[in-house]
Order: sequence, then C-alpha cells, then structure tokens
Amino acid sequence: MNTEAQAGDGREQPGAPSGLRASLLKYAGGLVLSIILTLVSFRISESGAVWPGGVPVLLAALAIAQMGVHLLLFLHISSGPENTNNIMSLAFGVFVVVLVIFGSMIIMHSLDTRMDNMPDMPAGAHAAPAMPAP
Amino acid sequence: MFGKLSWSAIPTDQPIPLVAAGIVALGMLGVAGWITRRGWWTLLWTDWITSVDHKKIGVMYVLLGLVMLVRGFIDALMMRTQQAMAAAGAEGFLPPEHFNQIFSAHGTIMIFFVGMTFMVGLMNFVVPLQIGARDMAFPTLNSVSFWLTAAGVLLLNLSLVIGEFARTGWLVYPPLSELAYSPDVGVDYYLWAIQIAGVGTLLSGINLTATILKMRTVGMGYMRMPIFCWTALTANLLIIAAFPILTATLAMLTLDRYLDFHFFTNDLGGNAMMYVNLIWAWGHPEVYILILPAFGIFSEVISTFAGKPIFGYRSMAAAALAICMLSFMVWLHHFFTMGASADVNAFFGVMTMIIAVPTGVKVFNWLWTLYGGTVRFSVPLMWSLGFMVTFIIGGMTGVLLAIPPVDFITHNSLFLVAHFHNVIIGGVIFGAYAGYNYWFPKAFGFTLDERWGRATFWCWLVGFYLAFMPLYLLGLMGATRRMQHYDDPLWQPLMVVALGGAVLICIGIGCTIVQLVVSIRARARRRDPSGDPWNGRSLEWATPSPPPAFNFATPVQVEGRDTFWTAKQAGLPAPGLPEMPAPSPVAVPVRSGTGFCIAFFATGLGFGMVWHIWWMAIAGLLGIVGVALRLAWRTVDDTELGADAVAAAYLARDREVA
Amino acid sequence: MSAVTDDPVQTITRPVPVSQRGPAPTHVVTTYGMWLFLLSDIVMFAAFFAAFVVLRDHTAGGPDGRTLFHRHTVLVETACLLFSSFSCALFGLGVEYRHRLATYAAGAATLALGAAFMVLEVSEFTHMIAIGAGPGRSAFLSGFFALVGLHGIHVACGMLWLLVMLAQVATLGFLPKVARRLQCFALFWHAIDIVWVGVFTVVYLGAFT
Repeated sequence: MNTEAQAGDGREQPGAPSGLRASLLKYAGGLVLSIILTLVSFRISESGAVWPGGVPVLLAALAIAQMGVHLLLFLHISSGPENTNNIMSLAFGVFVVVLVIFGSMIIMHSLDTRMDNMPDMPAGAHAAPAMPAP
Repeated sequence: MFGKLSWSAIPTDQPIPLVAAGIVALGMLGVAGWITRRGWWTLLWTDWITSVDHKKIGVMYVLLGLVMLVRGFIDALMMRTQQAMAAAGAEGFLPPEHFNQIFSAHGTIMIFFVGMTFMVGLMNFVVPLQIGARDMAFPTLNSVSFWLTAAGVLLLNLSLVIGEFARTGWLVYPPLSELAYSPDVGVDYYLWAIQIAGVGTLLSGINLTATILKMRTVGMGYMRMPIFCWTALTANLLIIAAFPILTATLAMLTLDRYLDFHFFTNDLGGNAMMYVNLIWAWGHPEVYILILPAFGIFSEVISTFAGKPIFGYRSMAAAALAICMLSFMVWLHHFFTMGASADVNAFFGVMTMIIAVPTGVKVFNWLWTLYGGTVRFSVPLMWSLGFMVTFIIGGMTGVLLAIPPVDFITHNSLFLVAHFHNVIIGGVIFGAYAGYNYWFPKAFGFTLDERWGRATFWCWLVGFYLAFMPLYLLGLMGATRRMQHYDDPLWQPLMVVALGGAVLICIGIGCTIVQLVVSIRARARRRDPSGDPWNGRSLEWATPSPPPAFNFATPVQVEGRDTFWTAKQAGLPAPGLPEMPAPSPVAVPVRSGTGFCIAFFATGLGFGMVWHIWWMAIAGLLGIVGVALRLAWRTVDDTELGADAVAAAYLARDREVA
Repeated sequence: MSAVTDDPVQTITRPVPVSQRGPAPTHVVTTYGMWLFLLSDIVMFAAFFAAFVVLRDHTAGGPDGRTLFHRHTVLVETACLLFSSFSCALFGLGVEYRHRLATYAAGAATLALGAAFMVLEVSEFTHMIAIGAGPGRSAFLSGFFALVGLHGIHVACGMLWLLVMLAQVATLGFLPKVARRLQCFALFWHAIDIVWVGVFTVVYLGAFT
C-alpha cells in the first residue's frame, strides 16, 4: 500500500510535538515573509524611489516571490518523488497561464496597432456602414 | 412570472422544427412505453441512472453520443440539400434565419455532444480496466459529469421547440452574439448549455487524470500502461488546462449580455478580437482533446489485430506529450486574417507545422506495427486503415492552411470546412467507430455483426470522400462557408455530389443502427464467453464480459507491458481472476442519485437564466447546493461484497442478458 | 567480484519507484484531485487577467484606475487575506491534531477575516457603482469588476464552504473523509490568496505604474 505524503498534506509526523513546532514555524515564517513582500510592493508603488521603468518588473518579481512563499510554506510543495505529479501539473498550469496572458498581450497589441479598432464610442452606438445601403 | 417566456416562443410558423419535435416526442413516448411494458423503470433507476460504475457511465456517454450523432447529422443533411438546391437565384427550402441556426447547432452538437461525449465515454469505460483499477478516482463525481453533459444536451435540444438557437456559428463570435445584434434567446441557450456541460467535462478531466496518475495497479509504471492510457492522460490534462479558458470567455460574453458589461461590445471600449483570441486559445487544444483518445484507440486496435506490441512505445508516449504542450502554441492559426503582423502570423504558422511532426511519428509507428504482423482485417482494423489514409490527407491540407498567405485565400472557405471535417471525421468519428466495435463485446458480452459493420465502414468511407472532396475544390473556386445560397451555377454539380456523399453517410448511420439491432437479436449466438474475443493484449480483456462491478477480483500485479498477453503466452491464468489468491471482500462504491438530481436543478438554472425566469434560476442554484449538502452528510460510501459474491460474479457468465 | 570464484552474483535491489507502488491512499488521491481543480481555476483566472490587461486602457473617456483605487484599502484587504491564510493553516493543524477548540477558533478567525475582506470589497464596488464607475461604464471597468469580482465570489464560496465544514466537524466529528475535505478546503483557501497576490499587484498597484 502506498503511504506517500504530498503537497497540501501538511503531515510529516502527525501527532508528534516536534512536528507541531516545525509546522508552526513554517506557517509563521510564511506569514512574515508574505507581509514583508507585500509591504515592499506597496512601498515601491507609492514612493518615487525606484526608477519608474523598473517598477513593473520589480512588482512582478515580488509577486512571483510571494506566490512561491505561499506554495512552499502554506501548500507544502516539495521536490520529493511523492510530489512529482503535483510539480509537473503545476508546471503545466504555469506554462498555460503564461501563454494565455503573454500570448494574448502580444497578439492583441499587434492587432491594436494594425487594425482600426472602434474608437471609444458612446453607449449604444453602432459602427457606420462602410458602404451605402443598396 | 415566466420572464421572457410566452406561448409565442413555440415556432408555430415553422414546420420543420415542429415536425422534428413531433418525431422526437413520439420516439420518447415509444421508448417510455416499451420500458413500462417490460417493467424496467426501477431497474433503469437503480442500475443505470444512479449508477456510479465507470462502465455504466461510459455506456451512457456512448449512447448519448450516438443519439446526438443522428441529431447533428440531420442538420448536415439539411444543409447539404439546401446548398445543392440554392444555386443562381433558387431559394432552396431553408430561409436564412433558419439555415443559420442549423449550421450553428450542427457544429455545436458535433463537437461538444458527439465528439467529446463519445471519447469521454470510451475513456471512462476502458481506462480503469486497462490500469487494473476498480473504478475511477471519484465515482460519484463521474456520475455528476455525465448528467451535467446530458443537461447541456437537453437545454440545446429544448431550443428547437421553445425559442430558437443561436444564429452565429458554433463559436458565437461577438459582436453578432452580443445583445445588440442577437437580442433573442438563441445565444443564451448556447451559453448556458455549454457552460453546464463544460463543468461536467472539466470534472471528468480531473477525474480521469487523477485516476491515471494515482490509481494504477501495482507494478504498472508509466512506461507499462497501454498507449490508450497515455493519450487519455494527455487529453485530460488538456481538458483541465483548456476548458477554463472557454468557461471564462463565455462568462465574459454572458456578462456582456446580462449585466451590460463591455468586454466585446462595439461601444465603450470593447474589443471583439479579444474574444476570437481567447476562444481559440481554448478551441485549438479542444481539437487535440478530441483526437488524442482516437489516436489511442487506433494504437490499441492496430497492435491487437497485427498481433504485435505497438512499435515505438516510448516515441508514442513522447509524441502524445509533445502534442499536449504544442497544442497551446498554435491557436492564432484560426485567425491569421484578423490582422496581426507578419511576424506574429509566421510564428504561429511555423508552430502549426511543427505540431504535425509528432502526429507523423505516430503514423509511422502504426505502419511499423502492422508491418511484419499477422494482420486480421476485422471491422475495427478497417476503420483504422481508413483513418490513416483519410487523416493524412486532412493533415496535409492542414499544413497547407498553416501557411498564412495560403490561409488568406482559403480562410473561412469551403476548403477550410473540408479540412476540418477531413480530420475530425477521419480521426474522431472513425476512431469512435473503431472503439465502439472493438470494446462493445467487453461491455455487453456479445460481438457486433461483422457484415453490417463492414457495410457501415464502406458507406462512411466512400460517403465521406464524396461529401468532402468536392468541398476542397469549391473552396479553391471561391466558395465561402455557411452560404444559404450562391450565384455561380458552376458550383452546383459539386454541391450535388457532396449531397450524394451525405446520403451515403446517412445510409452508413442506418447500417450502424441495423448492426446494433441485428446483433442484439442474435446475441445468444454471438455471445463471447471468454471475455477475450480479439486475442487482446491489455488488462481489460482479462475480465469477463461484461466485467463485474469491481472489475478485478484480486489486485493485479504487473511486470511489463501487455501483461495479459504475456500471461497468455506463458500459459498463466488471467491476472486478477479468482484462481489466484482466493478472493477477499471488495468495497464497491454505493450508487447515488446525486448526479441526476444536480443535473435536474442545473437544467432549471439554465432554462431560468435563458428566459430570465429568475425564481427558477435561483431555485435551480439552491437545489444544486442542497443536493451537494445531502451528499456531504452521507455516512455510507461503499458496500462490501463478500468473497463468495466476488467469486460468484466471475462464474455467472451464462446469465441471461435481459 | 571475481568471475573465478563461485560466489553468487550480488544483486542490487533498487527501491520500487513510486509509480509502481500501486494505487495511492485515498487522502492522496483526493487532495491531488483538488490540486488539479485549483490548476483549472488558475487558468480561468488567467483568461480574466488577460482580458483585464488587454482592456486596461479602454476607459471610454471614463475614470481609470489611478483615479478610482485606494491603495490603503487594498493593503488592509491584503492583510485580511494573509492573516486568514495563517489562521487557515492553524485550522489545518487543529484538524490534524484532532483539537476541537483550535479547529473552531482558527476556523472562526478565518471566517471573520474573510468577512472583513468581503465587506471592504463590496463597499468599494458599491461606491464605484454609485459614482457612475460601474462595469457598464467602460471595457476597463468591465474587466476590473469581472476579475476582482470573480476573486470575491471565490472568497464568498470559500466562506460558505468553511461554514459547512465547521458544521460537519460539529455533527460528524473528525471522520477521515471530513479531514480530507478540510485539507481540500485549506488548499482552496491558500490558492485564492495566491490569486489575490496577482490581483493586487496587476490591478491595483499596476494602475499607478
């Protein structure tokens, strides 16, 4: 019978006091790190200290880091063999997310620059017909 | 009280839907009467409707797919007839608003309720057996998935008689599908039917993926499971990753229509091109979701009827994984003409050509499996050979279309229509037929009549070429898709040939029905007591036909590929049979009305939302929550079958099939 | 290792790979199924993120993010969700150690923090609608309300689920299947916090870049 533990399990040694302490430390660490990363993000956004061109990249990096903190410390992603399915599925999911978001951005940008999109028309307006009605 | 619904919703001025509805109603009454006469209502409820057994659910999916094939095909026949008639001033018999609903319904039904349903049904039935498992990972959820799909089918078919269907094509592009240009309920029927069925499909994707990755029997490592399981795995990973995009995009359109959002409207900054982009980000993986299980079916059939293990197992698995990844990188080829730059178009054009390579690998592997084997020309193998020729032609025209400058001429022409029918019919439908003939004896204990099987095949094969080769020519001659009429009389002879092909396919579908009836009548003579009518290689053939609810009496130990074949060659008893360590008690999941009840309330939710009957929609939603809560507090999840019952199930092979 | 001697050949026993150990235990299968569902959920959010980003500048002459958003409110909302993740983790520990008081207390804390988040978000939405910056005003606002609203719906459903789970603990105790469901809930709750990290970065902070 298979006794693997896996991500989300939270169980290393159920019931053992040292297991409890380790878990609590992990969670507290996750909380503290997340708070720090969040505060840094907000600070960067509000103060003018960082060069404006670099702000989006920095914010993205901080967000990804915080997502990683959540995954590692709250969701217990690890690299053990029992976790392989989880990591592979997660990688596939991230692959699709990146493609959908960045693919859409690139494609839509290309379309927007080349195609005469409707100007921001007022509510209920229809496009004027290109040819006179027969 | 009833929102927008009124008596005028029934199309009393249109004879065709009324006649169709009349025929369906008569048919349903006939079936109900027959069930009553046999006294089968209770059995229907306990053994089928509330069943959570993957085999029963698989059979129901396939039956649903077959019924919807007839429904969708009638649409096709009507379109072919209309186009054969309406040349150079003739009007045909279908007015444009009706014709538009027909081609929209045809596409929607064929993709969602025939292709998906058939493939999911076959995967449901076969995969747990092939991996040596007792059932799927989540049996009750499996039942929910099936019944939600059925709810979607019901909603779509209700649109025939109450209201109308969308007139926008099967992907309901805005701005035509927005409220400004489609104020009627047609698009809403589409949205709710597909969203509800889509939930079912997503849950099914999760179920099958978890089953394949977590429930394989002892010793069955990834490189030892049948290729069908590999393609099923990749197809279901695609379902999990792609269907949410469909859900999101249709939800955005729903928000536009119901709550005055402006995602895709013409005014206030909406961008209809974003819809096209997102819907195809789902749409392209969708066609691979359809074809990958078919590839798996062909792998099984070809290796069985060549008497050889599949050639190049590793490359087959790798090709399936490659297709899985690459299918997310080609979607722009569906809208080359929308106006992206040459660089963007070129990237996706090249990626589209690259994705043809793993499929080519598979074709060569199938050929090399056949080469040097002792080939038996059974009906499933004939479908496989027909597939290889037909799909290659379709694939080649696909590579042609992948070249953006060529696509600028052929986009949305009949050339395109011919291409996708070429690959979908040649791939998915032929695969469905191959799988149906191949696994039918396992599901029901008797084989299907071969003569009628061959007749079906030849009618479909010749009919397909007659119906679609002219369309390639017509497309190159300038014919656009979805035409209710056209001016050039030179096109008409080709349209008539195409109609002839459709008629031949219709005869083929008739042969399918006859084959079933004839086989059922002769089932005593056609019974297969061995459980292994084809001298198969994989584990499903080690069970009796039909397998007992728990599949295998004892856990199967696997040491390599094609375990059953290896056992037969070594003269060992079939794995999982009672001769080996004595059977022990087995836990069988308890049956549940959850799926049926959730689908019932989901139909209410959908119908209420379509017609703006808000109390019905809310009641539907609350009903779903209520049924889920009832399931949450269920205390008994399994019934235990004693060792004697387990052994007895294996000996009851001569029991009468009612 | 000499071929001359008659010693039997030493066989190397490798441990059986995980993929060949047979079916996984139920809690592993269930939580993996939940993991797959969460991945599908994240892809759904990705589509809404894509739509938001693409439509971000289509304000149709109406207000944009810079004018409408209050970063301090968002910081408080973020704090609520972060601390609720922590309390959810404690909730999970309470379940694991079968400690009723810890389970109820941590569960209640998670519920309260989630409710605080919802109150702030709903008041933000109602205020925006009241000043004419509702979803029907422009494509940008449609994208905003849909993305942030979808996340809010997830939080609300999570809270309902938590209530049901607390009722299950109260009525059924710590049955194995109740414990499995609580694990699934915890996965869900942490996942929507991960999505929120994306939301506050891209939507709110992104409006000011």
